[in-house]
Amino acid sequence: MKTISVAAGLLTCLLTTSIQADAGADIYSKGGANAAALACVTCHGADGLGMAASGFPRLAGLSATYMEKQLHDLKAGSRVAPVMSPIVNALTDEEIQSVSQYIENMPTPSYPRVERSSEVDSLGAQLALRGAWDRNIPECVSCHGPGGVGVGDAFPPLVGQSSNYLASQLVAWREGTRQNDPNDLMGHIARSMTDEEVTAVSDYFSGLGK
Amino acid sequence: MRMYLAVAATFLSLPVAAQTAVPMDDQSQLAPSAQPAAGAEYFQPPSESDLPDNAFGELVREGRAIFVDTRKRAPEYVGNGMTCANCHMDQGRKPNSAPLWGAYPMYPAYRSKNDKVNTYAERMQGCFQFSMNGTPPPADSHVLNALTAYSYWLSTGAPVAEVLPGRAYPEVPEPAGGYDLAQGRQVYDAQCAVCHGPEGQGQKSGEDFVFPPLWGKESFNWGAGMHRINTAAAFIKESMPLGKGGSLTDEQAWNVAAFMNSHERPQDPRLIDGSIEETRKKYHANDGVNLYGVEVDGVVLGQGTN
Repeated sequence: MKTISVAAGLLTCLLTTSIQADAGADIYSKGGANAAALACVTCHGADGLGMAASGFPRLAGLSATYMEKQLHDLKAGSRVAPVMSPIVNALTDEEIQSVSQYIENMPTPSYPRVERSSEVDSLGAQLALRGAWDRNIPECVSCHGPGGVGVGDAFPPLVGQSSNYLASQLVAWREGTRQNDPNDLMGHIARSMTDEEVTAVSDYFSGLGK
Repeated sequence: MRMYLAVAATFLSLPVAAQTAVPMDDQSQLAPSAQPAAGAEYFQPPSESDLPDNAFGELVREGRAIFVDTRKRAPEYVGNGMTCANCHMDQGRKPNSAPLWGAYPMYPAYRSKNDKVNTYAERMQGCFQFSMNGTPPPADSHVLNALTAYSYWLSTGAPVAEVLPGRAYPEVPEPAGGYDLAQGRQVYDAQCAVCHGPEGQGQKSGEDFVFPPLWGKESFNWGAGMHRINTAAAFIKESMPLGKGGSLTDEQAWNVAAFMNSHERPQDPRLIDGSIEETRKKYHANDGVNLYGVEVDGVVLGQGTN
């Protein structure tokens, strides 16, 4: 009897998990219940690695907590993205949760873990691995991790993103259309960067992913 | 009159070495250093791009790599999750963040910490023993040779035995009413936990610590200078949150420094006969403001984490 109830419990568990996973996969590939919640796959690709030319970002492997926060912030307006806003506004909280979980579990390529001990040979590498401390700009990798692979739930990966997307976000922080970072940690850095630096560091991290 | 003033100014800007002996003040806890004179700049270390492509340049590069990635480059000597660059910002270059160019030219120097004149190698051994809770590399080891070469190179053109502006963490006065651990926790939760974790454990990417652990077994031990609340407050005020130095008030810096240093960490390796009380008397009672051997919330701190 005991064995049966344990088995039944396990089965329920497995079913619940797979239903949630399926729900996330469905939203990703087919969209949400509301027709305005277009399928993620359309712009972010079946592999979740985004579309570089259009500046649609990589999602695969992003922390579910980070993804959920971004989607809620897009709804609330602390992060503005004209193409994404109508879509995210049509997603329910439950849908946001399940698609975020699905995205976290999507497989990612392995990226080089370039560290602060590496030599630098470009302006982008200089910012990424040395920073510009005369303006209190820390090394990007000191928060985003070796090679910009991302750290925890608050510091997303930079590698695997397109140069277009990275530059657009730095510009959004400078212009105030994105202000959803914890304690303005990224905003104050972006506002200290020159145009040339924005381009160089975006090229650097997108180049590491190729 | 105008000319007289100009002459006087010229005279005042001459190096003072001729009129004073080599400073013999205790270097255990750096005295606050002055700001540069009006219009003058902090000492500027050379650029990495100026390093020569020869054996010397190679050793300096190795020293720099060890400095920023100590756990991986000198694993046999590091016993926790810390790296030199966690305390010395901008790879040991930044003024007011204990830059290497402010330290290297001041040695050999007397330190009450071990009651003897220390060479620069011995000073660095102290960092490994306390801040990195590890094993001091031998004085003639490759690790210390490389770190010495890096320090020497960063000091290119710096005067010897002269206190340079920006060599320490600028002192922050203790709040008039003392520090407050509960308020420190609030600052920590609001501004520090996002990087260092809710329990001060730091954050890793794979096996690599990206954000250093602030207390617990992977952090600096009870013998490290950073265990002093006054030193930690000075460091935090100048450099934290990372890239937003100077944004906390003096009071916030003291409160959060006290909160950080009211947690357990690895034992002081100088522990005397297993006695926290004896160790406090000898090494902590007169070492700035610290909580080693002090009772907090009914528990005496300094138990260690091992």
